[in-house]
Amino acid sequence: MKRLTKAGLISIPIVVLFLSTLWLAPMWRIDMRAPQYPDGLSMQIWINDVKGDVPIINGLNHYIGMKTIHRDDFREFVFMPIAIVLFMAGGVLVFLLKSKRAYYIWTAAFLVIALCSFTDFYLWEYNYGHNLDPNAPIKVPGMSYQPPLLGYKKLLNFEVLSQPDLAGWFYCAAGVVLTVITFYEWKKK
Amino acid sequence: MKRLSLMLGLVAATAAMQSCKMKTAATAVQGDAASKTYVAPGKYDEYYNFVSGGFNGQVSVYGLPSGRLLKVIPVFSVFPENGYGYSEETKAMLNTTNGSIPWDDQHHLDLSQTNGEQDGRWLFANANNTPRIARIDLTTFKTMEILQIPNSAGNHSSPFITENTEYVVAGTRFSVPLGSEDVPISSFKENFHSTASFISVDKNSGKMDIAFQIVLPGMNLDLSHAGKGPSHDWFFFSSYNTEQAYTLLEVNASQKDKDYIVAVNWKKAEEYAKAGKGKKVSAPYAHNTYDEHTQTATSVIENEVLLLDPKDCPDMVYMIPCPKSPHGCDIDPSGEYIVGSGKLAALIPVFSFSKITKAIGDKQFEGDFKGIPILKYESALYGEVQKPGLGPLHTEFDGRGNAYTSMFLSSEVVKWSLKDLKVLDRAPTYYSVGHLMIPGGDTKKPAGKYLVAYNKITKDRFLPTGPELAQSAQLYDISGDKMQLVLDYPTFGEPHYAQACAASLIKDKQVKFFDINKNKHSYVAMGEKNAKVVRQGNRVDVYMTAIRSHLTPDNIEGVYVGDEVYFHVTNLEQDWDIPHGFAIKNNPNAELLIMPGETVTLKFVPEKQGIYPFYCTDFCSALHQEMSGYLRVSPKGANVPLKFGTGETAETVAAK
Ligand SMILES: [Cu+2]
Repeated sequence: MKRLTKAGLISIPIVVLFLSTLWLAPMWRIDMRAPQYPDGLSMQIWINDVKGDVPIINGLNHYIGMKTIHRDDFREFVFMPIAIVLFMAGGVLVFLLKSKRAYYIWTAAFLVIALCSFTDFYLWEYNYGHNLDPNAPIKVPGMSYQPPLLGYKKLLNFEVLSQPDLAGWFYCAAGVVLTVITFYEWKKK
Repeated sequence: MKRLSLMLGLVAATAAMQSCKMKTAATAVQGDAASKTYVAPGKYDEYYNFVSGGFNGQVSVYGLPSGRLLKVIPVFSVFPENGYGYSEETKAMLNTTNGSIPWDDQHHLDLSQTNGEQDGRWLFANANNTPRIARIDLTTFKTMEILQIPNSAGNHSSPFITENTEYVVAGTRFSVPLGSEDVPISSFKENFHSTASFISVDKNSGKMDIAFQIVLPGMNLDLSHAGKGPSHDWFFFSSYNTEQAYTLLEVNASQKDKDYIVAVNWKKAEEYAKAGKGKKVSAPYAHNTYDEHTQTATSVIENEVLLLDPKDCPDMVYMIPCPKSPHGCDIDPSGEYIVGSGKLAALIPVFSFSKITKAIGDKQFEGDFKGIPILKYESALYGEVQKPGLGPLHTEFDGRGNAYTSMFLSSEVVKWSLKDLKVLDRAPTYYSVGHLMIPGGDTKKPAGKYLVAYNKITKDRFLPTGPELAQSAQLYDISGDKMQLVLDYPTFGEPHYAQACAASLIKDKQVKFFDINKNKHSYVAMGEKNAKVVRQGNRVDVYMTAIRSHLTPDNIEGVYVGDEVYFHVTNLEQDWDIPHGFAIKNNPNAELLIMPGETVTLKFVPEKQGIYPFYCTDFCSALHQEMSGYLRVSPKGANVPLKFGTGETAETVAAK
C-alpha cells in the first residue's frame, strides 16, 4: 500500500476545515438590480437554507408566473449537508489509512458531489426559469427567466449576477487542494 | 429743426427716466448663488427643514439648501390624500371637548433637545385656534399625540421646550375666563386670565401631560423660549396688551410705552406643584394618542388641571419691562442674553440673565403688575441695539456671537453682534419677513451656515397664480461676513416658525415599513387566508388584504343599502416604498394610503343600490391598474347571501 506524503496528510484537515465553512457562511449568492431597487436585491444560498431578500423576490415573481422560493421545497437542503458530512468523515478515514488510493477515491467522491450539486443547481434554475404559470400576467414571447449558473445576465428589468459566496470560495479551494494534491501524490510514486 | 430737437430732447429725457428705475430684487443675487443651493440628482440635502403650515394646519418638510418639498405631515387638519382624520384609526386624533375639529392654525415648531442640543426624536407643533399641542415622531413622520390645552385661547407662545425636553409650554394669547363662567366682556380686568401651561414630556415615550398651569393676569402672551445653561430653570414669555384692552386692540393695546417679558422660574413652579401649593380645578380636555402597535388612536377626556397662582408662589414669576408690544422672545446660545423685539419699537432691547438674577436678589422693583413684581428696566437691561430697522420681530443666532433679527416693516434681516450690539449687516427680504430660522438657531449649538426668512408677502417672486399666491421663503448663506441671498422657494399654507436639523440626525433611523408580525390591529388580516367578510346586524367588517397586485377579497356580495361597511385593509408587503391605496366609488369619506405592514380602516355607508368598484389608488406596480374589485350593494331586505372571494369565476364555481 502506497503511503501518503506529508503534504497529502496535511491537506486532509485543510480540506475538512474549508468545507466546514459551509455552516458558517453562504455558498452562493445571486445579486439582482433593477431601476426600482437601487440598493439591489440579494439572495444567499446556504448549504441548508436560502436567505436574503427572498420574500421581496417572491413578491415580484407573480408578474411573470415564476414559482415562489421556499426553503422547505428544497430536498437539497437535507441531502447536501449529509453528503458533505459523510465526505468529511471520509477524510478522517483517509487520514487514518494514510493510503494514496484512499485519497484518490476521496478526491473522486468530491468531484462527483460537486458535479451533482452543480447539475442540480442548473436544473433547479432551469425549472425555476422555464416552468412558468401559463396564466401569468406578463408573458414575453420566447422569454425564459433562468438565472445564470455563473456570471451576469439581464432578465427584463433586472440585471442578475450569480457567483460563489464566501463558503463557496472555500468549497472551490477545497476542490483545488484535492486536485493538486492528487496530482502531486501521483507524480511522487 | 426746433421741433426735431425738442423731440430728441423728449426721447432723451424718457430714456434717462427709464434708467433711473428703482433698485429691484434682481440686483440682490450674486453669481455663485446657484452652485450653493444645487443638490445634484441622486444627492441628498444637508438639512431637514420643518416648516409650520399656518392656516393649513399641517407641517411641511423641505430639504435645505435645495428648498425641495419632501413631505407634508398632516397634524391638525384632515388630509384626504392619505386618510388622516378620515380613517377609523385616526379620527380620534382630532377629537376635542368640542367634538372633532378637523383644522387649525399651526404656528410654531420645536425639535426635541437633550442638553440644549437637537436630539432628532420628536417635533412638537402648536395649534393656535383650538389650543392643542402635537408630537410628531421623527422615525415615521407621523403625528403620535395631540393634547388639548384647557383654560387658554389663542395658543400662540407654544410649543417651546426646555433644554432636556422636560416641558413643552403653551401660553394664552387671547385671555379668557377660566372655566366656563358667563361674564360680560367688559369685566376683562377682573375675570380674564392668561395661563402658562407646562406640559411634561416622558423621557422615553414622549407622552405629554399637563403638569401645571400658571395663572397670569389678563394680557396677551405672544412668544416664548426657554433659558439654557445658566438660565436653564427659567422660561421667558413676551407679552402685549398689558393695557388689558378688549376692544380695538390695534389702538388700545398700543398705549403703554412698555409691556413685559414674563420670566417664569419653572423649577420653582415644579417645586410648588409638588409641595401642594396649587389648586386642582375641573377642566375637561382631550388627550389623543396614536398607538403604534394597534395602529389606532384613542381619545381620552381628562378632567382636571393643577393651577398655580403667583400670589401663593413667591419668586416664581417676574415681569421685565420691554418696549412697545414685544413679539419675539429669544435666548442666545449661552443662555445669558434675552432678546425682546418690540414690534413697534425703534430699537431692540437685550436683557442679561445675570443682571436679572442680581436685580431680583437686590429687589430692584419698580412696582407690581397684579401682584407680580416688575423689575426696573435698567436693572435687567444689557443694552439696546440702536436703529436696527423697522418692526423687529424674531431673532436667531449663529453660534459665532451674532444675532439675526427679522424686520417686518423695513423687510430685511439685520445681523448684529451680541458683544457690542452693533449692526453688522443687513439684507433685504422679499417681502415682509415674519419668522426667520437658522438650523439649531434657538439651541446651544446653532449650525450657522444658512438662514431662512419666511416672508408674508410674495407679490412678484414667482409666476403669478391668480389672487392667491404661495408664500415665499428665502435662503441666505450666512457663513461669511455678509449675508448672501441664494434661493427663493414657495411654501404652502402660511409658514410661521420653522426648525431645521442636520439630515444625519434622523436620516438613518427612518422606518422603512412596519413589521407585519408586530401588527396588533384588532382587524388585521394576517395573510390572504384570513381575509373575510363578517356581518353583525347592519355592520359589515371586511378584513381585506392588499399585495401586488390584487385585493382579497375583490368580489363582495350580500351588502345592503344602509349597511355600515368597514374596509379594514392590511398591506401585506414587507418592502420599502410599496404603499397601497384604497378607494371606493361615491364614498363621501376619503381614500386611504396603507403603508407596508399596516392596517387602516375606511368606513362606507352605501346609500343607493348598485355595483361599487374599489381599487388601489397608489401606483404600486406594473399591474396596479388591475388592482381593483367590486362591491355589490343590494336593496334593503333583498335575499342576496353574503359572498366574497378573489379569483373565483362563474366557470370555476360551476366546475366544482
Ligand atoms: Cu396597489
